[in-house]
Amino acid sequence: MTSALLFNITTLGYFIAMVLFILFLAVRSKGVTLAATLLTYLVFLVQTVAIGLRWVESYQQGIGRAPLTNLYESAVFFAWSIVLLYILIDLKYRQPAIGAFVVPFAFLTMNWAQLGYLPPALRSGLESVAGAMPEGAFGNFFRTMLLGPSDTIEPLVPALQSNWLTYHVVTCFLGYGAFAVACGVSIMYLIKVGKEEKNPSGSPMGGLLGVFPSTRVLDDINYKAIMVGFPLLTLGIITGAAWANYAWGTYWSWDPKETWSLIVWFVYAAFLHARFTRGWVGRRAAWLSIFGFAATIFCYLGVNLLLSGLHSYGGG
Amino acid sequence: MSAKKRDFFTIVWDFFCSLKLTVTTLILLAVTSIIGTVVQQNRSPEEYLQEYSEGVYRLLSALNFFDMYHSWWFLALLTLFSINLICCSLNRLPRVIKAVREPVTVAGDDLFRTLSNVEEVTTRRPVDAVRERLEAALGKHFAPPMVTEVDGTVHLFAQKGAWSRFGVYITHASILIIFLGAIIGSLFGYKGYVNIVEGGEVSQVWLRGANKPHDLGFTVACEKFWVEYYGKSNRPSKFASILTVTDPTAKDQDKVPRQREVIVNDPLTYRGITFYQSSYGPAGDPVFSLRVLDRKSGESAEVTARQGQRVPLSGGGAFRVVDFDPNYKGFGLAAAVELIPAEGKGSPGRILLYQQAPDFDTRRGGEQVFTLLGHTQKQYTGLQVAKDPGVWVVWTGCLMLVLGSMAAFFLSHRRIWVTIVPLENRTGIKVGGSAHRNQPAFEIFFDELKKNLKAELEA
Ligand code: HEM
Repeated sequence: MTSALLFNITTLGYFIAMVLFILFLAVRSKGVTLAATLLTYLVFLVQTVAIGLRWVESYQQGIGRAPLTNLYESAVFFAWSIVLLYILIDLKYRQPAIGAFVVPFAFLTMNWAQLGYLPPALRSGLESVAGAMPEGAFGNFFRTMLLGPSDTIEPLVPALQSNWLTYHVVTCFLGYGAFAVACGVSIMYLIKVGKEEKNPSGSPMGGLLGVFPSTRVLDDINYKAIMVGFPLLTLGIITGAAWANYAWGTYWSWDPKETWSLIVWFVYAAFLHARFTRGWVGRRAAWLSIFGFAATIFCYLGVNLLLSGLHSYGGG
Repeated sequence: MSAKKRDFFTIVWDFFCSLKLTVTTLILLAVTSIIGTVVQQNRSPEEYLQEYSEGVYRLLSALNFFDMYHSWWFLALLTLFSINLICCSLNRLPRVIKAVREPVTVAGDDLFRTLSNVEEVTTRRPVDAVRERLEAALGKHFAPPMVTEVDGTVHLFAQKGAWSRFGVYITHASILIIFLGAIIGSLFGYKGYVNIVEGGEVSQVWLRGANKPHDLGFTVACEKFWVEYYGKSNRPSKFASILTVTDPTAKDQDKVPRQREVIVNDPLTYRGITFYQSSYGPAGDPVFSLRVLDRKSGESAEVTARQGQRVPLSGGGAFRVVDFDPNYKGFGLAAAVELIPAEGKGSPGRILLYQQAPDFDTRRGGEQVFTLLGHTQKQYTGLQVAKDPGVWVVWTGCLMLVLGSMAAFFLSHRRIWVTIVPLENRTGIKVGGSAHRNQPAFEIFFDELKKNLKAELEA
């Protein structure tokens, strides 16, 4: 049993869970929900074991380091964080419809990380498309998006040999996971509000929307998720600064990655403060949350692949 | 006139206190910060001119986009942000302090009307008995209450987490403290670098952006420097300097670091100045040691040769090490040696020697047999040097930011008021509660508390 195999099972598992959650929206069957939820929990456990196994494997290769140090491992941990946060929300609110909008994020992330394990025919197709991409930053960006990151366990350059790196990655990505949940819930909110405005008759809604939580609950979960994510992001930025200070003697140097994490921080701080005035709830809050998650994704992938910086994940 | 003047000040004050300004500034900061991640910062004019046309270069330069995080307008935005923080806190803090220090311990009907969690019951028990039981019950299930008696009516007041109201202010203050730390660092600190050759020492470092050296006030010597690699690869796993500080002015010589290993992520700090392992490189030519066996005489001798140095051999010839690789294709040290024959005796040749294959040169069948024994290469260690007396202020601010925002988000100030009124032959009890945050959770808590109080009352 290798971690790569378990990660493939994880990817497949999230795919099936996603399909079941979406099926649940259509058929509203208790059995389907139960299957989707149990599967998500189970696959989450499998993924946890896989991450642990990869850690062990790094020791077997004589390298020995936490599995949180390159683009591949960060993507795996991102997917794990999204599901962890989803599970917490599920335990508290018991609204399985949310799974249909959050689990896809986890599946897409895992699927991207595992692109290297596609069947050879598909893989070579992707490779020929990627080969046709032009040179330059944008070409590189699309190439990496198409081919996924490399999953080899590379030894760490001395600058990355720091416990701060672990704290930094864990806090940042748990925060990102919370923002992913908030984004998924915001999309649900916008769909539901849009439909409600189209037929305001007040008749009980059928179709896909029947199982959506009420807009009030969706708005509340959006807020709660960001309230959890924001302190985590704050900790992520601080641990990053502490690490930079140990390694280079500068806790802040306005490098693009740092700056973008601060931009994301500003966006969510604006979200929270806009909310304190009670003005920005509902639709505007939902849009701001989606916008914040877009900024988060850019901070994670766009900065490394499109902008230059000091960070190690760049270039896959 | 004066009313108008006050109006003006009120308008300005309200502007600086407003949350609208906060949201606007935060979004402006987010948007403008993007510029510096797209336009490279602090490059030379030549580099910019390669990327941009003359006109665009002038425009971007005039807008300070090449060093935007230190431009007047970005700093102005940060100043506005700080003023906003200070004003809104000053505006609200007195009221919050008053609410915490002088709580309303006697709840009138007006107060009860504003509470969304209220419960009223009556009982046959006399006022004193009710008071005794509820006092104990509140203490057991929430917090010990304060008791006030007014005209035969008993008022109980209990609260928890009053200080959590300060979470917001601690958070806001922490941001100002972080700024303060950054300012202290830029006024009283510096950033620089220095290269020390193995065996050498320095007492000056070079500051960033300045072309003159800066005196340390003590001496740092690099006794040794080395690099370790992952397996047989060329990827460094560790590079380390052994540094020793000499400071005759130090009172306590035991505190002066001696032979301290400095590696990446583990710097050396002395007198507020920190040395970070950051780079390395060769200093001067490497020196090789070889054994040369003279086939005719059977004599062998060990010689040392600096790279490029002409070393004479018996018989009039000479040799010179011209090139080397410390880890040639993963096989360890290899050197290229040029053979210079004696005057008029053949033409120059070139041989390769491998440390791992000591007999390699025997097969050549030359007059001499060369064996490569090893080499020494002096390195220099590259150190970043930083003095930042503000860094602890920054960390204090960060800690406050984390704790303050957790308190602001997840804790709430919960208050419970109880009024016990003697009625004709019964006793009326009114319980009300409020939380300054997270109402849904408080509702659940209040229901639970009600149940507990009723149970204790009837017991
Ligand atoms: C980044 C700079 C910040 C600025 C300029 C700022 C400014 C403000 C302002 C003007 C208010 C309104 C106070 C009022 O209601 O009168 C406020 C409220 C608040 N801020 Fe901030 N804030 C900042 C950062 C933060 C951060 C990082 C947090 C949380 C971690 C935070 C948490 C709060 C909270 C919880 C309130 C509500 C106060 C209440 O309801 O009593 N602020 N802030």
